Amino acid sequence: MSDTNKFDQIKDWYVSNFTRFESKLNGQSETFLHDIRKESLTKFKELHFPTIKDEEWKYTNVAPLLKDNFQLPQYLGKTVIDEKFIYNNSFTDFDYDRIVFVNGKYSPEHSIIGELPKGAVISSLESAIKNYPELVREYIGKHTKVDNAFVAMNLTYSTDGLFVYLPKGQMLERPLQVFFVSGSDEDKVLSIPRSLIIAEEGSAAKLIVNYVGTGSNSYFTNTLTEIHTGANSNIDYIKLQDEKKNSFHIDHTFVYQDKGNIFNHYSFAFGAALSRTDVSSVLDNENIECHYYGIYLGTDKQHIDHHTFVDHAKPNCMSNEVYKGILDDQSRGVFNGQIMVRPDAQKTNAYQSNKTILLSDKANIDTKPQLEIFANDVKCSHGATIGKLDQEAYFYIRSRGVEDKIAQSMLIHAFAADVIEAVNIEPMRDQLNHKLFEKLNRVEI
Amino acid sequence: MIKIKNLHASVEGNEILRGIDLEINAGEVHAIMGPNGSGKSTLANVLAGHEGFEVTEGEVIFEGKKLLDMAPEERARDGVFLAFQYPIEIPGISNATFLKTAINEIRKAHDQEEISAKEFLERTRKYAKLLNMPDNLISRSVNSGFSGGEKKKNEIFQMLMLNPKLALLDETDSGLDIDALKIVSEGVNHFRSKENAVLLVTHYQRLLNYIVPDFVHVLSNGKIIKSGGKELAFELEEKGYDWIKNEELETA
Repeated sequence: MSDTNKFDQIKDWYVSNFTRFESKLNGQSETFLHDIRKESLTKFKELHFPTIKDEEWKYTNVAPLLKDNFQLPQYLGKTVIDEKFIYNNSFTDFDYDRIVFVNGKYSPEHSIIGELPKGAVISSLESAIKNYPELVREYIGKHTKVDNAFVAMNLTYSTDGLFVYLPKGQMLERPLQVFFVSGSDEDKVLSIPRSLIIAEEGSAAKLIVNYVGTGSNSYFTNTLTEIHTGANSNIDYIKLQDEKKNSFHIDHTFVYQDKGNIFNHYSFAFGAALSRTDVSSVLDNENIECHYYGIYLGTDKQHIDHHTFVDHAKPNCMSNEVYKGILDDQSRGVFNGQIMVRPDAQKTNAYQSNKTILLSDKANIDTKPQLEIFANDVKCSHGATIGKLDQEAYFYIRSRGVEDKIAQSMLIHAFAADVIEAVNIEPMRDQLNHKLFEKLNRVEI
Repeated sequence: MIKIKNLHASVEGNEILRGIDLEINAGEVHAIMGPNGSGKSTLANVLAGHEGFEVTEGEVIFEGKKLLDMAPEERARDGVFLAFQYPIEIPGISNATFLKTAINEIRKAHDQEEISAKEFLERTRKYAKLLNMPDNLISRSVNSGFSGGEKKKNEIFQMLMLNPKLALLDETDSGLDIDALKIVSEGVNHFRSKENAVLLVTHYQRLLNYIVPDFVHVLSNGKIIKSGGKELAFELEEKGYDWIKNEELETA
């Protein structure tokens, strides 16, 4: 049986869950979101889970993730987590608000949200649908591209997730730490959050989005985020994917950028057996800055895939992508960076860099820049390097009396430094560095 | 201090060193001079343990130990230091982290206590001042964004901080203007003592105006073809390397 047929059988199983799922929705089946859900179900039925024959999934075989039937959390008992678990996974040494979701569902007992600027909202999507239906209706799904079954699956089965609204000119004084905790001792769970972030003109916020795992079973996080940034707003979105190493993570993030907006996306991909992060931005006005940064780590047989798409639709914008990979053992990385410069987008500056260090002979990376340029007055560049640790630098450090393991750690630190230092919340840098060495199981520098 | 016997080394099958014999005692400064490609830098790198070179024959005894059997970090801990011809940039690692790690690794190997913050700071201040380096040097990343001259000074700064027994200076003078050359030389002269030794590798005689060697050796085609006192350097400057090569031919 071909992968397509096998995958379709599994999809049919996920589709067949819908009737039971619908009966458990209670009040939610009456909201407008349910209409969207039913449309999405139709698309879910039509679309396929991607196989390696799909160009966009050529290097990422999702068969291991489709081997198991992951249960919707509605069918399972509640996963209980303690405060200490959240605290131990938090970034500390600065003030922050916190919102926690367990298996995609808002967990008020772990969320601590202080006073917010006038009109600003940090809540669950579920309650935003009740409290701000017009706002949600205006933006939800607006920039989401439903082109594979994972996206359709999220839109069909998600019931909750993060909702952030920043009215005109308002700024979150404290960063917001978001937790998506997934997993269950009872069964293999499907955690399926859907998030919506709306930043009106001149607003600003920093978000730290942590994906972490609990419980003994493997799980599957299929997450989707829409970010709408208004003119001259300034948003930092720092994602730490630290899922359990027996689990799966698929993330689609869709960003719309308006005039003069500065958007920084950081992807720290440290966990999961198989992870895929798709992030895309539409630069739909002038003087926009779009910065994507990423560090991906692989040990054992981890598979980490990043797909980016920066769509320059209008003139005088800049985008910059810096992705760095450190791959050990038999891990495998994938990077695909698509940049589109449309005919209108004159005076575009677009840069992309993907560098990977292979710490083992059995680790590997597939990297592909994909530039499509239809304007003539633009500056675009891309570069990809793959290699071992720099042997001259390695000798240099050892020649000062430093043992081999520490010398390697220094070079790893040096390699990751520019991405870590680009994080605008200073206390996070050391903590990210610490996690990096912990994940690689190496001496920390 | 160090005894090099019949040292042969090659890179990718090409023999670069073809039988070097050299003995350096504590308190001595030796200069190795020679034209490009003669093997000067190779000698310094082989002694420091660069793995890009294969030693095919010979022996090196350093302080009673077989140097060639030791890893680069072991050699450094026993007191070998190489000032690189092309120092490496390590962005994101400060000079402070780098040097503290190195000093403590060396101390650990000798069962000594870690350097105190106070002593470290005092030494960095003293040597930075001696070498006319900026106060923020220690918080800057290793060689990152440094000019060629600053990098060379930083090598000498590291040497003073680590205080080795044998300093191998690989073309430390190349790319330096006269002011920087004087400062670097001052650093080396400050370092010189009865307990340590210096091996200078250089193409030009001008460095030897400031760091006066006890012995000068001329290296050509992987062999030492002439040795003498400091006056040999002046003769070389005047007559060029061909003079010795021709002399070699005549005596041969």
